[in-house]
Amino acid sequence: MPIDEIDRQIIQATQAGLPLVSEPYQAVAEQLGLSAQAVMLHIAEMQQTGVIRRIAAVPNHYKLGYCYNGMTVWDVEDSHVDELGQKVAKLPFVSHCYQRPRHLPDWPYNLFAMVHGKTEADAEQQVAIIAELLGAQARSHEVLYSTKILKKTGLRIGG
Amino acid sequence: MDAIDKAIVNRLQQGFPICVSPYQRVAEELCLPEAELLSRLQAMLADGVLSRFGPMYHAEQMGGALTLAVLKVPDERFDEVTEIVNAFPEVAHNYARNHLLNMWFVLATEKPEQVQSVIAEIERQTGLPVYNMPKISEYYVGLQLEA
Repeated sequence: MPIDEIDRQIIQATQAGLPLVSEPYQAVAEQLGLSAQAVMLHIAEMQQTGVIRRIAAVPNHYKLGYCYNGMTVWDVEDSHVDELGQKVAKLPFVSHCYQRPRHLPDWPYNLFAMVHGKTEADAEQQVAIIAELLGAQARSHEVLYSTKILKKTGLRIGG
Repeated sequence: MDAIDKAIVNRLQQGFPICVSPYQRVAEELCLPEAELLSRLQAMLADGVLSRFGPMYHAEQMGGALTLAVLKVPDERFDEVTEIVNAFPEVAHNYARNHLLNMWFVLATEKPEQVQSVIAEIERQTGLPVYNMPKISEYYVGLQLEA
């Protein structure tokens, strides 16, 4: 779904976030010389077509005290990955859950779930809960922790 | 961070209304005055508890592309390869991880066909194969805080 010029202006005006004022869409509209109705319509359309996944808060896991952020990866049957992914995603401590391609023989895993613990023991327990949920359907798994942030910049679109 | 902040974080990960006074509507759901919701949100953004609040844009849907790419870097070349990879403006995040596949980075490009050319260029400059792991399905994004 291509975006139009007004969409692009709205994206640039809200990339850093939505204004924290009573009428935020009106505030964006004023900044762009549009009506609030037009801004809301474009945002609703972008949400419908998936350009906007949703309007939401993004927590910083470290600041919330979740220092053990593990990428758990699982090898499950491709024909069951959607069903199992949806089950794992429902666990409250799982923040992201995706299917990704395997790269045999080094990488047999096709289901990824990020877990977040305040202690190492918490994170390990979360992994155990996922392992129990998947049971024999998980042929193998691993947990990867990040040891260093090598680069972190935001995703930005140009003008 | 108290129970009200946690309720706000949990609620605002679920989506936000598109209407004239959306904060008012969410504040009512949480039984809070609108001004308190706004001031708590402001404080959590200032503290960095929330890294962002607003529309989450989808690179793929905007005509661009996003992928997770991975390298298996020999220990003695780690710094050198980090420098090569980080020099690409398309590399948005890059993490070292405790695995044989030890370098994990997100590539964001304005056009889908650029993913392959950036990967090919990283392979050429590092002499290492890139494992491309674009997401096939997304099941959930969000984290519910316990009370």
